[in-house]
Amino acid sequence: MNLIWLIPCLPLFGFLVLLVAGRKLGDPGAGWWGTGVVAASFLVVVKVFFDLLALPEEERSLTQTLFTWIPSGSFKVSIGFLADPLSILMCLFITGIGALIHLYSIGYMKGDEKFSKFFLYLNLFLASMLLLVLGDNLLLTFLGWEGVGTCSYLLISFWHTDPANASAGKKAFVTNRIGDFGFMLGTFLVWITVGSINYADIGPAAPMIAGGTATAIALLFFLGAVGKSAQLPLSVWLPDAMAGPTPVSALIHAATMVTAGVYLITRLNPIMAQAGWANDVIAWTGAITALVAASIAIAQTDIKKVLAYSTVSQLGYMFLAVGTQTYVAGIFHMVTHAFFKALLFLGAGSVIMAMSHEQDMRKFGNLRKYLPVTFATFMIGWLAISGIPPLAGFWSKDEVLAGAFNAGPAGPVLWFIGLLVALMTAFYMTRVVIMTFFGSEKWRLTDDPHEAAESADLESEDVESSDLVTASVAAADHGDGHDDHHGLSPDHTPQEPHWTMTAPLVILAGLSIFAGAINLPFGSDFKRLEHWLEPTLAYEHELPPVPVLVLLACAAIAVASLGIFLAYLVYSKQKIAVEKIERPVLAHAWYIDETYAKVAGGPGEAGFQGLADFDGTVVDGAVNGVGAGVLGIGNKLRPIQSGLVRSYALGISIGGALLLAFIVTRMNL
Amino acid sequence: MLALNETWYLVLAAMIFTIGSVGLLTRKNPLVMFMCVELMLNAVNLTFVTFSKALDDIAGQAIVFFVMVVAAAEVVVGLGIIVAIMRRRQGANADDISLMRG
Repeated sequence: MNLIWLIPCLPLFGFLVLLVAGRKLGDPGAGWWGTGVVAASFLVVVKVFFDLLALPEEERSLTQTLFTWIPSGSFKVSIGFLADPLSILMCLFITGIGALIHLYSIGYMKGDEKFSKFFLYLNLFLASMLLLVLGDNLLLTFLGWEGVGTCSYLLISFWHTDPANASAGKKAFVTNRIGDFGFMLGTFLVWITVGSINYADIGPAAPMIAGGTATAIALLFFLGAVGKSAQLPLSVWLPDAMAGPTPVSALIHAATMVTAGVYLITRLNPIMAQAGWANDVIAWTGAITALVAASIAIAQTDIKKVLAYSTVSQLGYMFLAVGTQTYVAGIFHMVTHAFFKALLFLGAGSVIMAMSHEQDMRKFGNLRKYLPVTFATFMIGWLAISGIPPLAGFWSKDEVLAGAFNAGPAGPVLWFIGLLVALMTAFYMTRVVIMTFFGSEKWRLTDDPHEAAESADLESEDVESSDLVTASVAAADHGDGHDDHHGLSPDHTPQEPHWTMTAPLVILAGLSIFAGAINLPFGSDFKRLEHWLEPTLAYEHELPPVPVLVLLACAAIAVASLGIFLAYLVYSKQKIAVEKIERPVLAHAWYIDETYAKVAGGPGEAGFQGLADFDGTVVDGAVNGVGAGVLGIGNKLRPIQSGLVRSYALGISIGGALLLAFIVTRMNL
Repeated sequence: MLALNETWYLVLAAMIFTIGSVGLLTRKNPLVMFMCVELMLNAVNLTFVTFSKALDDIAGQAIVFFVMVVAAAEVVVGLGIIVAIMRRRQGANADDISLMRG
């Protein structure tokens, strides 16, 4: 029996139930319900995975068409699902991590007044995301693509009473629209060129597409991917998206949704194989984004901002991989990154919650004493992202770098950029770890008299709430997004969160350690992921020979260790002044946002106003003009309709007489 | 003695048609206007029959039957309307009924 349809429909069902009965289920019932449907969906994915595994390698592609959605002549779109190795791999980690993050959210969102609504959105998000990866045609993928965008918007501005959160949501939405425009044009171009938007038809037809057309299609879809996956120049929305609750940052803005762009490019790899220099554009965009974002992450003080820029940077790695046509490396890094970045975000969430929703790392310190589980798991995430063997991040990052090294004449340059990023990654992650878990307990220092006075005011309230963990959670939750800075008092004692939050941390930590095992470079038998994905890939760039691989791996380990050591010198030993590293230009994210604001607000605004005026006068004018013209002519003709029967009869008579005269005189009867 | 050929029939039909159409345009009483329409229809029927005989084509007579049926149906509907109007407004003429003017 074919169960593929259940995969997206289970979360959708969960969404519908929460829509109707969310309030009744309440806290934590709605959370358990939401977690349950996602876990059930995960089980179905596992079942389908084993179904696929039982098939011979070249037949591993199950399709299920439910019904025809848009029948319109030769343009026919079905609601159909395609379960092949690529989409099922995506589904596995989407539903797996999704279920864990749902579970985590039960603890994190406890006491929030919109508790059930949060799970409502999360379930809808997962349904859309699964539709995105399972859809067997571009339009269905686009439907999911827009769905996840909407959910992202709703969840970023979840605490929308704060205008900053609301505008962060808007920013994400508007930035994504730019990318969506590319996606739509790409779909149109595919339809014109191939005559079908089904992946099953695009694959075989792709080799016949002319090079120029394929390049145009590739670039248009890459524009979509740039928007969704926050690459330069559309990367600005992701750091702001951290305004949402932390589980949302972990699930949507680190593990799943932002990787949709990488998925899309991989899915269209038959076209990419014909696309020529578009691949170089992708690789260079990825490399430069990775470098810029990593450099920004060094100077951020908000723990979630660091992780956000880190995500942008790691996504850059993935685009570097798909741009150099080492899709396996890209997908491999996507999977391991999903594990360790979700882990880091959830760890950060648990720190933030323990610190009364303070996110400024300068106020943390020595938290390993108070949060042993979070500390231990965060350490694993830190080692994994830094690229220390044998953790997952090392294997995947190494494969990305090796693929880049072998990518034509520019390869070594790309590889060097990647290596530089690896150095920075190790550096900024070590910085986070030292500032958060080591050193002195900086929130106990009250150097600012104004703040001291204020925390004294709040003291009574805080003492009260520290007696009751739940009450403090509720109060802190209330504070999140409304009141970022004043929930933390000097005598605050951080506490490890509920088991629903630590359990996902432990599981993800385990995955971050062992996930590298799915694709080890020790010969053909160990490359399980590569064999698994082989049927879906038209062309895969070769990795360099083994001796080179070993050398590259040694270089990667060396720079990772160097990065950690440097950060240790700066932040633990204080041998190097912090100001030398954390330049203002980095703290301000290279002034990208400011530049956009200047351009869009200054000369840009005149241009946009011009466009708006053009739309208002010329486009609307044409439409309204036709209406007004018809109305005017109608008014002029009204008097003819006198309502007098005899005048009509006279008209008919005169007309008949004229017709008769015409026939008699002109037709030579 | 004049031969009774088709011309006479056609002239008669034309006269009847003219009487009908002039009556339709000049009279205000709906009932009289209605009778004028009937005159016009029958004038046309007469031409049809005349030509049918002259050209030895049965189609003209067949059309006459259609016209008669349609005329009968029209009379039913038209008289119904006229009676309804007369019940509401005693002595109304055709020019009074101009609710549909633009």
